[in-house]
Amino acid sequence: MSAVTGVGLTPFGRLEGQDTLALMSRAATAALADAELERRDVDGLVCGYSTTLPHLMLSTVFAEHFGLAPRYAHAMQLGGATGFGLVMLAHALADAGTARRILVVAGENRLTGQSRDAAIQTLAQVGHPVYEVPLGPTIPAYYGLVASRYMHEFGATEADFAELAVLMRANAARMPGAHLTAPLTVADVLASKPIATPLKLADCCPVSDGAAAFVIEREEPGRDAIRIRGTGQAHRHQHVTAAGPVGAFGAAEAAGRALGAAGVALADIRYGAIYDSFTVTLAILLEELGLAPRGGAGRLAREGRFAPDGALPLNTHGGLLSYGHCGVAGAMAHAVEAVRQMRGEAGDRQVARPALALLHGDGGVLSSHVSLVLEATR
Amino acid sequence: MSPDLLDWTAGAERLVFEACGGCGRVRYFRRPFCPACGSQAVEARIASGRGTVYAATTVVRAPSAELRAFAPYGIALVDAAEGFRFMAHAADGLRIGDPVATAFRTFGSRLVPFCQPAGDP
Ligand SMILES: [Zn+2]
Repeated sequence: MSAVTGVGLTPFGRLEGQDTLALMSRAATAALADAELERRDVDGLVCGYSTTLPHLMLSTVFAEHFGLAPRYAHAMQLGGATGFGLVMLAHALADAGTARRILVVAGENRLTGQSRDAAIQTLAQVGHPVYEVPLGPTIPAYYGLVASRYMHEFGATEADFAELAVLMRANAARMPGAHLTAPLTVADVLASKPIATPLKLADCCPVSDGAAAFVIEREEPGRDAIRIRGTGQAHRHQHVTAAGPVGAFGAAEAAGRALGAAGVALADIRYGAIYDSFTVTLAILLEELGLAPRGGAGRLAREGRFAPDGALPLNTHGGLLSYGHCGVAGAMAHAVEAVRQMRGEAGDRQVARPALALLHGDGGVLSSHVSLVLEATR
Repeated sequence: MSPDLLDWTAGAERLVFEACGGCGRVRYFRRPFCPACGSQAVEARIASGRGTVYAATTVVRAPSAELRAFAPYGIALVDAAEGFRFMAHAADGLRIGDPVATAFRTFGSRLVPFCQPAGDP
C-alpha cells in the first residue's frame, strides 16, 4: 500500500511571469513542506508534460532545476488522464519498492506562456492528423459531437449541462486561488456565447496557469495518512471517430478495476473528484461511473446531490470548469482537494469528512481513463 | 490491395475505406494491416458517401486565424452505408439521424468531405 503524505497547489488563473519550471517548483515546495520532507528525502520523481515547455526529458529537466537526484524518474503523457495516471504509477512504484518517497508534480503557464490560438491548436492535435484535424475541429468541437449524441440518446438538455457549470462556480467561490469566481446562473450559462454547439463558453473550462504536486510514500503502519486503496485504467480509443457508444468509453471499466482492487463498493464512496473539462464530460463520466442515472447528472445536480452538503460532494474546489485547467495539474487539483477534505483541512469548504473518495480522470476525447480510490485511515 | 487509391486526404474527391480479407471488418483510418485480426489482406474500397448523421456540431470558435473566416461551420460524424464512421463537414441544419450524401469542398488550403441531405441535387 501507499499513501499521499503531502499535497501542494498553486492558485490557478493568470500568473504572469512564472514559467513551467517555476510553477512546478512552487507546487513541489508546498508538497514537500506538507509531507515534512527535504529534497534529499525524495528518491522518485514522476511528472507530466507541459505544452509551453515541450521536452523529451521533462522529469530530469525538473530534477536538475529543483535539485533532486532520484533513483527513478519518468514523465508521462496521457492528456487529461495524466495527473491520476501519475498517482497510479507512484503507487505502483512505492508498492514495488522501486522508490520510497515519490514526488508527483506538474504545472505550466498554459494561459500566459502562449497565445490563445496556439493553445487551442496544440490541444486540437489530439484529433487524428489526417482524418480529423484538416476539418478544423477544436477540442470543444470533439466534445460538442459527443454532447450532441449524448443528448440524443439520453434526453439530457443544455439546461442539464448548465447545472454542472453552476455547481462548479459556486464551489470555486469558496476556494482561494480559483480562476473563475463570478457568480453564475443557469440562465447565464445558456446565454453564454456558443463555442461548438451545443457547448457554450460557460460549458468549457478556462485555460489557466498553475501547478500541483503530491508526495506519495510507502505506507507506514501507525501513521495517519490518505491511503491509495485501488487504481485502475482503461483505454478503448484515441480519436472520437473511432470511439464506441456514448456511455461505454471505458470509465466504468477503469473504476471497476480501482474499486475491485480496493475491495470497496461504489455505494460506499462519499466524495467524487471527477474530471470536468466540459460540462458534458462531467455528465457522461458521472453516469458511466454509476454515480448518476443515464441522462440524469444535471437533474441530480439541480436536486443538490453533488452539493457540499449533499450525499456526494463533488469537486468542492470548483473543478476544471472554475478552479481552472492548466493541463496535467488540472486534475491533480481535484486530488489535492479530495485529500484536504479527507484530512478535514478544507477550511470553510469542509464537507462531512469522507472516508472514501473516487477520483476519475480522462484524457483525449473520453479516450484514456484512470480511476483512483482513496481512503482516510483514521 | 489498392494501396495507391487516393482519397480526399490526398486531394482526390473520394472517400475511401478499408475492408479486411481475413475477418471482413471495415474501417476508415487506413493502415497496412487489420487491427482486429492482424491480417495484411487489406483492400481499399471507394465508399458511396451515403450514410446517416451520428453526431453533429457547429464550430463557432475556429482553431486558427486562417479558418476563422469560414466560421461557423458544421462538423458531423457520419455512419457510412458501408459500415464505417467518418468525420466530415456538414451542411447547415443537418440533424442526428438524417440521411446524407457526400460531396467535397475546399476549406482553407484543403479539400474536405461535405455532407448534405441525401436527395438534394
Ligand atoms: Zn481482420
